[in-house]
Amino acid sequence: MVASECGERTYLLDLLKEPVLAAQEFFLLAGKALKNIFRRPHYGDDIALQMDAIGVGSLPIVVMIGFFSGAVMALQMSRALSQYGQVGKTGTLVSLTLVRELGPVLTSIMVAGRNSTGMASELGSMKVTEQIDAMRALGTDPIQKLVTPRLIATCVMLPLLTIIADFVGMVGGFIIAKFVLSIESRQYWTSVWRALEWNDVTQGLFKPLVFAVVVSLMGCFYGLRTTGGTQGVGRSTTQAMVMATVLIFVLDLLITQVFVSQGGA
Amino acid sequence: MAEPARIAVLRFENVTVSFDGDVALRDISFAAYEGESRIILGAAGSGKTVLLKTAMGLTKPESGKVFVFGQDISAMPEKRLFDIRGKIGMLFQESALFDSLNIAENVAYPLLNQPSIRCPKAEVLPRVKRTLEFVELGGTLEKFPSELSGGMRRRAAIARAVVTEPPLQMYDSPTAGLDPITAHTIIALLIKERDVSQATTLLVTHRFQDGNLMANFRYNSEQGVLEPARNGAKQKSSTTFMVMKEGRLIFENDQDSIEASKDPYIGKFVKQRV
Ligand SMILES: Nc1ncnc2c1ncn2[C@@H]1O[C@H](COP(=O)(O)OP(=O)(O)OP(=O)(O)O)[C@@H](O)[C@H]1O
Ligand SMILES: [Mg+2]
Repeated sequence: MVASECGERTYLLDLLKEPVLAAQEFFLLAGKALKNIFRRPHYGDDIALQMDAIGVGSLPIVVMIGFFSGAVMALQMSRALSQYGQVGKTGTLVSLTLVRELGPVLTSIMVAGRNSTGMASELGSMKVTEQIDAMRALGTDPIQKLVTPRLIATCVMLPLLTIIADFVGMVGGFIIAKFVLSIESRQYWTSVWRALEWNDVTQGLFKPLVFAVVVSLMGCFYGLRTTGGTQGVGRSTTQAMVMATVLIFVLDLLITQVFVSQGGA
Repeated sequence: MAEPARIAVLRFENVTVSFDGDVALRDISFAAYEGESRIILGAAGSGKTVLLKTAMGLTKPESGKVFVFGQDISAMPEKRLFDIRGKIGMLFQESALFDSLNIAENVAYPLLNQPSIRCPKAEVLPRVKRTLEFVELGGTLEKFPSELSGGMRRRAAIARAVVTEPPLQMYDSPTAGLDPITAHTIIALLIKERDVSQATTLLVTHRFQDGNLMANFRYNSEQGVLEPARNGAKQKSSTTFMVMKEGRLIFENDQDSIEASKDPYIGKFVKQRV
């Protein structure tokens, strides 16, 4: 009886041990990667390369997603608004939902899908083929050389991509508003513009910055802790994507709560 | 090498390494001196790779101490390890060439990145070319590792390991999975590198004949060929054979003793000699 209870308890502890250790490892990596931003040597070429992969590479999909989500929002909102005879306010709602939520979250999820997974599989392959060890043996810190450039590049590109997605989304909403809902273009753009306050804009730019940290560090973290050959690379890639996506939603809720309680809304 | 100052280039003192409770190295102690060659034999999983990685500070010992050039590296922070690693050349078992860089960039990597090397920019390319010619890969500068055969990759990785002319050189299974001709070429290269640079050499291998070549042949720099070491006895004494089994160092002595050994495990390595 006693023995089995003991066994159960240690079993539970073991279950907890793994995630706690992983979290600790993650924060260590995050700390080092952030500290390295202010340290030499800087690998400018790697930052440029990553900016190209993340920013330019993700542009087409971000434009597509932005456009269609703006258009869909305009259709949905107009239906709800028509009950109150307020179809003219469609632009306001499209603008608010895009800038506050859809732009940052959808863009970040897209970039997580493209780049967190890309980073996890690239770094994971390097780990299992001893290239990370070789890097250390040849005098470079893998965090400085691999993680920090990806962190910097994502933090620069994700807010920019979000701005593009927001704008393209508004254009998507505009096309629906003009051709389906027959709203005058001036009325639409005025309501879009008037809807936004500073609170919305800061929220809309702060979120992608935080998500950028999540997207890049999750990819690198799971990549660097890959074990078990090519199969392990596959596993890391999936884990990076899943964790990045979940964290984006959790942090989105927290940040939104902070901004809502700050007033505005 | 008259009256050598016997500095221990590499010294293990009761080193134990384990991964999540699985012991990979058990209480290993040995010392390698300047100019010495060490041949490390052992079955798969016996801890040879872990031994080399521990000597470089890539893996930390759980207990015991590792001294490289007289400095205790077992508790050294990564930043300070870079200076020591600049003096060690390592060939990884899977070559570990960087996929994203071409061969010339791979070989130039330690020259450009090793903080203690500080090679002038203008000298990088000539040195890279010279080293690649040394391993007979003069025409592959622009190629990527994925475009080379396994044996060529191995040689490119050797070039990367020795381009900085490190005084301690470690090679992890340089002949594994290669045909006998290529394997012989590679060992000849290592002998050439050892005799030209007078470096301390650790060679991990499954093939006793690699060790036999290392122990009994030398590079004749005038004719550019391998020749039997003239004073065999002396040459032999600077080559030591080590045998690993399940994380333990079970044998450490010269070629005559290993050939005379009655241990069946050791005998299996010696007998495969053709
Ligand atoms: N990073 C690691 N994580 C966990 N266990 C490891 C790790 N590296 C090595 N091991 C374990 O340590 C032991 C020794 O491995 P090592 O790679 O040194 O063998 P080896 O002698 O080089 O074998 P081979 O001849 O096949 O290369 C093995 O049991 C292996 O499972
Ligand atoms: Mg090995």
